[in-house]
Amino acid sequence: MRELSLHLLDIAENSIAAGAKRIEISLIEDSVLDLLQMSITDNGKGMSPEMVAQVTDPFITSRTTRKVGLGIPLLKAAAEACNGFLNITSELGAGTTLTVRFQRSHIDRMPIGDLVTTMVNLIVCNPMVHWLFEYRYDNKSAVFDDEPVKDTLGDIPLSEPEVLTCIRNMIEETVLGINPEFLQDSVTLTNQPIRR
Amino acid sequence: MPVIKSLEDLKKAREEALKKRELKATSGTVQVIVGMGTCGIAAGARDAMKAILETIETDAISGVIVTQTGCIGLCEKEPIVQVVIGEQPKVTYGKVTPEIARRIMKEHVSSGKIVESNKINL
Repeated sequence: MRELSLHLLDIAENSIAAGAKRIEISLIEDSVLDLLQMSITDNGKGMSPEMVAQVTDPFITSRTTRKVGLGIPLLKAAAEACNGFLNITSELGAGTTLTVRFQRSHIDRMPIGDLVTTMVNLIVCNPMVHWLFEYRYDNKSAVFDDEPVKDTLGDIPLSEPEVLTCIRNMIEETVLGINPEFLQDSVTLTNQPIRR
Repeated sequence: MPVIKSLEDLKKAREEALKKRELKATSGTVQVIVGMGTCGIAAGARDAMKAILETIETDAISGVIVTQTGCIGLCEKEPIVQVVIGEQPKVTYGKVTPEIARRIMKEHVSSGKIVESNKINL
């Protein structure tokens, strides 16, 4: 997986599997501190300290906890290769927060990728979850909350053609309002061939 | 504030969808399920999902519920897409590229014709 957005899709799947009803995603880019940080906070069933210790170890998790698998160890390795870290805090019955941080300018740092597509997929395919998305760039920030959208729609599904267009536009506006070059940056980076 | 403008757009979208629902005969619900486990995502499930949602928009396909599921144990056949139309048995597709995803939407979901080349017999 060569995009942070693909990892987001993967990590959020763990939150959904943990029965989360509210999932908050925060993406922070700071050009002064030179960091890129993503956090996913859910109110799912949470994990015991032993389980938290295990999920970042691929050799333990791939055998014993099928639901978590390789996704987290891969992301952790990618962050650590870029002077960053992956941290999980969790409480049984309360929920889990996963935070991953990269040195933003690191040459091996994966691109953010197609974040808008990831967010649209998550929101449309998991309507029972209350999604919150915060984007911060230096000292500006914006939040997309899907609750007003669902309140406005009533019983109309999110997968109706006109609704899909609206949701995508709203998420695009959320990031572009803060960083006009966001989409350009994320798309061109993704489409570049990987050189080794 | 752009958000308010978008919510206005959304109200219009809701009215459009309501109109269509009145016109549409009840042909049973259509459900499209995309496998979104680590294996599916690594194999390109997000591109398949993107193609499905884009086809819904461009062809104005109404009344389809799109959902995702985790790993179903057929990792080597990912990306996997399943289609359930009304009471008909579930159809499972494997190796779904964006192109195949568009064909599934146009041929199977819209016209009821199964895309045999990518069907998996479970």
